[in-house]
Amino acid sequence: MIRFDNVVKRFGDLTVLEDLNFSVTPGEFVCLIGPSGSGKTTILRLLMTLEKVTEGTIYVEGRPLSHMDRNGSLTPADEKYLREARKTIGMVFQQFNLFPNMNVLRNVTEGPIRSLGKSRDEAEQKAKELLELVGLSDKLTAKPGQLSGGQQQRVAIARALAMEPRGMLLDEVTSALDPELVTGVLHLLKDIADSTDITFLCVTHEMQFARDVSDRVMMFDSGRVLEDAAPEKLFTDPDHERTRGFLHAVLDRA
Amino acid sequence: MFDNFDIYLDRILLGLPATLWAVFGGIGLTIVLSFAAGIGLLSPRRWVRIPVRVYVEGFRGSSEIVQLFFFAVALSIFLGIPLAATPLNALMIGIMVLGLNHGSYGAEIVRGAVQSVPRAQHEGAVALNFSPAQRMWRVLLPQAVVEMLPSLNNLFIQLVKGSALLSLIAVPEMTKKADELRAIPAFAQDLWMIYLTLLVFYFVISVGITWIMRLLETLAAARVGRPIPSREKALARGGAA
Repeated sequence: MIRFDNVVKRFGDLTVLEDLNFSVTPGEFVCLIGPSGSGKTTILRLLMTLEKVTEGTIYVEGRPLSHMDRNGSLTPADEKYLREARKTIGMVFQQFNLFPNMNVLRNVTEGPIRSLGKSRDEAEQKAKELLELVGLSDKLTAKPGQLSGGQQQRVAIARALAMEPRGMLLDEVTSALDPELVTGVLHLLKDIADSTDITFLCVTHEMQFARDVSDRVMMFDSGRVLEDAAPEKLFTDPDHERTRGFLHAVLDRA
Repeated sequence: MFDNFDIYLDRILLGLPATLWAVFGGIGLTIVLSFAAGIGLLSPRRWVRIPVRVYVEGFRGSSEIVQLFFFAVALSIFLGIPLAATPLNALMIGIMVLGLNHGSYGAEIVRGAVQSVPRAQHEGAVALNFSPAQRMWRVLLPQAVVEMLPSLNNLFIQLVKGSALLSLIAVPEMTKKADELRAIPAFAQDLWMIYLTLLVFYFVISVGITWIMRLLETLAAARVGRPIPSREKALARGGAA
């Protein structure tokens, strides 16, 4: 589904990702953990084409994401190619990024109508189902500014699902929420993960959630994968002292 | 003392239609050019950005009155075609110059407002696979409009006052009509009254525009779910600080 092939990402002199190689198989739920600044979010942003790789190639379903094959040689992707590539992937952001100028229903229908070319009726039908799934059927005409953080994040999840992605990127989706709202959103995500075959790539600091829901956990440190293992193994018997230290620090805080 | 006031008032009213045409025609053209050039300034393509930048700097950086004489007088002589020979033609040239001139300021207002929309909104739109045009029209501009309205209001009021310059290319607008009264010696001691009345006319037009723009501000703010703080609340906050 997703493959990083010798990916390097630098911002000026700062190397954020160093020669990164990993792949994710379809349907997998992979959590990315690690200290701030270790490059986890950058991985998601690269996949969503919000950033460009400095070196290396990212493949999504076998297609290079940032480069297109033109007469046998790889050239940088143009907008048309990027739009095709983005069809596969949806993203939920830490700060929700809902559109304040549209009500809840429009936030969810706008993508399917504008970029998938669905009819308004079809998109609204689907949006109402999804908003029911996330428990917000009664907020269709509310503006995002009138909702709590937890509600906004639920709308953002419905909005991403409405695009029928095969891969979903979750970027610290509960970090901006009040503590009492976190559990509800995490439960919702677990239900979605269990009931669909969407591939998930999830950056999180919620270790219990990572342990419960993921098939695999990758521990990042300074732009490298330090450890890549099943959650049971990584959380109970990590190979690296650095992982152990990080887990202690995070779990002690909680 | 006010014996001749009716004459003066009639005279200025005679110029009111031309002034209103110049103001609203100029504002219309200003809006079109502000958006077109403002979005052009944000284009990733150099061949779009550079000519737009030349337009903006050219009109913003040179004198409005010289621009007016250039199009109405100098260009006519150069081309050998009397471009501003009739009052109607002069008015059209006037509207064009008012629009071009204020549009160059407006372009920077639009550009700045679009750039002030949080980057997260752009990214949210990318994640929904919107095309660059959809991102601009559906997400960025509706939010940017709220930011740009107060500055556009300023710009439009400047345009109202700038419309008096059209008297210099013989557009029969209010200032021109008032000026014509000056030629009559009997009215000389009433000049203060004539010009004060003229000032009031410009003031009323400006107040009308401000009123419309405030209304639009409230509507636009409500659209993005951001209520404009009422005056009392703003005062209360200021008092508390």
